[in-house]
Amino acid sequence: MEMESMSVALTGNPNTGKSTIFNELTGANQKIGNWPGVTVDKKVGHVNYNGKDITIVDLPGTYSVSARSPEEKIVIDYLLENSSDLVVDVVDSSNIERNLFLTVQLLEKNIPLLIDLNMQDEAKRRGVKIDVKKLEEALGYPVLLTIARDGKSLKNMLNVFTSVSMAGYGPSDMLKAHIDKVKEIESSSLSDKEKTEKIIELRYDFIDVIMEKAVTFESAGPSMTERLDSVLANSVLAIPAFLAILYAVFQITFEWIGQPIADALEGLITEDFTDFVTEALESAEVADWMQSLIIDGIIGGVGSVIIFVPLIFILFFCLSFLDGTGYMARVAFLMDPVMRRCGLSGKAVMPLMMGFGCGVPSIMGARAMDSEKDRMLAILAAPFLTCGAKLPIMALFAAMFFPEDAANVVFAMYVVGVVMAIVSTKLLGATQFKDEGATFILELPPYRMPDMKNVLLETWDKGKGYLTKAGTIIFLGCVIIWFLGVFNSSGMVEDMSESFLASIGSAVGALFTFHGFGTWESGAAIISGILAKESVVSTIGILYGLPDISAEAEDAVETAEAMLGTGMGSAFTTMSALAFMVFSQIYTPCVTALGTIKKETNSWKWMFFAAGYMFALAWVVSLLVYQIGTALGF
Amino acid sequence: MTLDKGVPGMVLKVDSIGDSDLKERLMTMGLTPGIKVKVLRSAPLGDPMAIGLRSYNLAIRRKDAAHITVEEIEA
Repeated sequence: MEMESMSVALTGNPNTGKSTIFNELTGANQKIGNWPGVTVDKKVGHVNYNGKDITIVDLPGTYSVSARSPEEKIVIDYLLENSSDLVVDVVDSSNIERNLFLTVQLLEKNIPLLIDLNMQDEAKRRGVKIDVKKLEEALGYPVLLTIARDGKSLKNMLNVFTSVSMAGYGPSDMLKAHIDKVKEIESSSLSDKEKTEKIIELRYDFIDVIMEKAVTFESAGPSMTERLDSVLANSVLAIPAFLAILYAVFQITFEWIGQPIADALEGLITEDFTDFVTEALESAEVADWMQSLIIDGIIGGVGSVIIFVPLIFILFFCLSFLDGTGYMARVAFLMDPVMRRCGLSGKAVMPLMMGFGCGVPSIMGARAMDSEKDRMLAILAAPFLTCGAKLPIMALFAAMFFPEDAANVVFAMYVVGVVMAIVSTKLLGATQFKDEGATFILELPPYRMPDMKNVLLETWDKGKGYLTKAGTIIFLGCVIIWFLGVFNSSGMVEDMSESFLASIGSAVGALFTFHGFGTWESGAAIISGILAKESVVSTIGILYGLPDISAEAEDAVETAEAMLGTGMGSAFTTMSALAFMVFSQIYTPCVTALGTIKKETNSWKWMFFAAGYMFALAWVVSLLVYQIGTALGF
Repeated sequence: MTLDKGVPGMVLKVDSIGDSDLKERLMTMGLTPGIKVKVLRSAPLGDPMAIGLRSYNLAIRRKDAAHITVEEIEA
């Protein structure tokens, strides 16, 4: 039997538990995509109930629908252009007054709403009492009570979805009178700005009347939020507490849990699995080029996609969890003065700090930003930081050419990364995104225990999105670079110095004649660094005749001693080595990061922009370092 | 006085919101003339400040708060 279908759109303010409702209703039965042209999640899910196939769209959380931000535009366009069978306005009952603003604005636009007073438990704790009957009378539309995490309450919600008939409802007399007043102002001779402001005041006047009729407050003593904020957002303890949490997240991701799993996976793929496949291929007497394609190209490519998955899962688990508690808003509150000077949102601190481990989760973490501009700027800032894979390059060059000051030189490269991230953000903020004013108004939501189902689903979505969307691009990139490294126009080559990579390397190397490292070896190393920054060191090893050197930063001193005996020792001067380090610090991110940028910005244009722009920036800065350095006699 | 001069614990009534790019958004968030606002705290670095209004908490920068004129109704 064909099931009857119906569509439901969820709208509401941020921090109302709307996404929790969506996740609880649809579970794993949801798809996350992008709204066209913007970096805003589009979430659509399904649930079968009472013989109906219900499609639920979770619209972005917004405070209003004045179409100023991409999110607000998405919400209002969707609601006006799609005839959903039911539009549910999720309201945080403990914060009903401001939440009603969106409700009233939507009702003015003739969008019939089922008003869901969510977070009943919290409202009760905070002494907020809402008279449902009176609220229904005041607006003329049906009102439902829920506690998002309570199974019974959600079942009741589905019952209402499948049984309510919106045709039986219409604006109350009070609401009609309000709408008339709004229309009167709209047709008046006031300026647009005056009209908008007057209408906002009218809405709150109307809300004040509703509040008077339907809501009572009982004093409930200082809330848990107040007590927590007096530590986490107020006192001298706030900054140390933030640093401790940041440190814990970093350690969990890159030391305690994420990286060890990634390392184990890498071992499994590059050793056990590769050995197994190599044996199988050899015993089957497969052609050499085919063996190389399968082992170095395909397994290598898949491997470089998969080893990032543990990092992404662990980091997103931490970030979703912290976001769910409300702490991320406090981070933005604490760090705003610092981040503002860098042209970024305070919320960018946490994801950007992860950039010191790996740019990929860092870029994905930019989703937490509130505006399109902040998201783009954070995405484009993350690759400048010294990730774990750039560190071995810095460590090797520092140990080789600055043996006395190796640690200081490596530290200086971290500073270069941070400074470039700031300079670039300022530059992009002033040129690419200047139309959007940088403003800051931030709700500090109550602290809550995050809904674990929510956290796990978000984490899963990030991991899955990375694998499916970014993974394909990364994999392709790896296979292409593999091909360039083992082939030339006459077929497969034994020695990388005869490959396409070497010929491209010498063309690329020529770009760096005035940087002091215009050799084809550096050119090839730079190209392979686009595959993965780890490859810079291993490529240099291969090209200078030491293919077995360690690419680990902790072995840098030994590696450096060995490398000094090769042609590399004379290929660089201290100044050109420094210029190469600066270049490596800044230039085009690896394909994994590029694939992630494509996925997150949903645009090839931004991916290629990032690749080209960062290359150009690195070229200029590195040239300046070398030319000024040599002119000063270093 | 203006809102940025408010110290934690003060309860203030908003008189007017000065013109700025932020005015419409501030009003949308419920900061309308006549509304009661409580100053909660400053961020540890001195800025932004947190205020409570319409039973929720909001953070705004001091330079934006300087556009909002208020009068004290409770110390």
